[in-house]
Amino acid sequence: MTVTSLSQREAALHAPRPFGRLVAPHLSGLRAFLLPLGLLLAWQGLSSAGLFPDYLLPAPAAVYGELATLAAKGELVAHIAITFWRVALGFATGALAATLLGALTGYSRTARDYLDPTLQALKAVPSLAWVPLFILWFGIFETSKIALIAVGVFFPVYLNLMSGIQSTDRKLVEVAQVNNLSRIELIRRILIPATLPSYLTGLRSGLALGWMFVIAAELMGASQGLGFLMVDGQMTGRPAIIIGALLLFAVAGKLSDALIAAVGRSLTAWQDGFASSQERANA
Amino acid sequence: MLEIAQVTKAFADGAGVNHTALEQVELSIGEHEIVSLVGTSGCGKSTLLRLVSGLEKPSGGRVLLQGRSVTGPSPAVGMVFQEPRLMPWLIVAENIRLALLDLPRQEQEYRIAEVLEKVGLSGFARALPRQLSGGMAQRVAIARALVRRPSVLLLDEPFSALDSFTRLKLQEHLAELWEQERFTLLLVTHDVEEAVLLSDRVVILRGHPGRVHKILDVELPRPRRRTAAEVQGLKEEIISTLDLS
Repeated sequence: MTVTSLSQREAALHAPRPFGRLVAPHLSGLRAFLLPLGLLLAWQGLSSAGLFPDYLLPAPAAVYGELATLAAKGELVAHIAITFWRVALGFATGALAATLLGALTGYSRTARDYLDPTLQALKAVPSLAWVPLFILWFGIFETSKIALIAVGVFFPVYLNLMSGIQSTDRKLVEVAQVNNLSRIELIRRILIPATLPSYLTGLRSGLALGWMFVIAAELMGASQGLGFLMVDGQMTGRPAIIIGALLLFAVAGKLSDALIAAVGRSLTAWQDGFASSQERANA
Repeated sequence: MLEIAQVTKAFADGAGVNHTALEQVELSIGEHEIVSLVGTSGCGKSTLLRLVSGLEKPSGGRVLLQGRSVTGPSPAVGMVFQEPRLMPWLIVAENIRLALLDLPRQEQEYRIAEVLEKVGLSGFARALPRQLSGGMAQRVAIARALVRRPSVLLLDEPFSALDSFTRLKLQEHLAELWEQERFTLLLVTHDVEEAVLLSDRVVILRGHPGRVHKILDVELPRPRRRTAAEVQGLKEEIISTLDLS
């Protein structure tokens, strides 16, 4: 262990961020594109060499061409928009319900005793098993799709929030007791920040399931959306459309996840884990 | 000013069986006095401290602070744990503010600045806990306990997790703080030298359940030198009294 004096530590605290730290994120961000780019080039190269039959795996250029045609007709944006809208609405509904119930069962022992066993039992039902009932209740249009997505989103958010609250360090809660913090202050200054990392994990897994269930919903019956586009490509024998929609799903899922991750990182910048030690080493 | 009267504490374990941690503990502590509780692990010394803090309630007997029964934590009693227990998401100033939430905002700011000055960490008000060394973090914890100007300060093995060099510095720092503030200090420690250096009296707890085995007066002038023959002599006397077999 190196011994650092207080004044050295204080100087380090107020020092401007080193230049390397400002540049490094951009460089490491670019690294992420290398693999997909390489795969794309290899795929194009192998297709041009005639290795893949066109009716099974068309070249990237053909996929791009098919998407561009759809985009020019204005249809592509409409498909993407409706899928996004379904995920957003389903995610908001599921996450909101999960947040309310998870906060309640995490915080209150009584609420947990009453509610949690039932919710755990419902979790055991595979989410797709709700489809017949939802179609019966909500019809074949938007509501049943959004309900299905909401169910998918609900459980990871609920479980992570509840267990996050419960596993808050008892030692920190004791600090609140010693200092006579009110319930509200305990929640605001200790429970919420302590729970945030696991809540964010729940939101991210929930969102991933949301994307999964929007495809399920759209495959089963829709006249618009990325999932519909895939079914349409299958029916009309156009693999380029299917692959194009797949790629769009990948991009959309990654982008929406990155959004939550970025918000999360700024809220949990205090965390001192492996990632932050790597950041320091790079700086 | 602090009376521990016939205090017994029993805990129920998972199977519903009662385990007695402390039995019939009787101890009277005067104003501005420094008293150390020493004993082998499991003798209930930390439990006794938690009873005084109001975190635990006695199963029998009473804890009286200035004649009033202790029923829960109060600003008159400051507590420092073995670990700093700082909220990793709050900067130093906000961690200290946790002890001041019922005071007006201006008073909070004033007291935070004042107490940070006292523990020598004025430049670190905006630092996150992860940016502090172990010794600094424990000083913030002491600041958080002192910021209400408590009449009693409770320390539960506060320096045991620190390296020996930092420990010596913090022991001296604690003695200085006591000279300025004159709080009543109740210190749980397993560092016998620390107990002799700092205390007016050393209380030796022994047995399962723990009982007061012996109380030793330390009548040496302050500041005390670690290497003084009297300090070493008392240290050996205490160690021989502890049931180390």
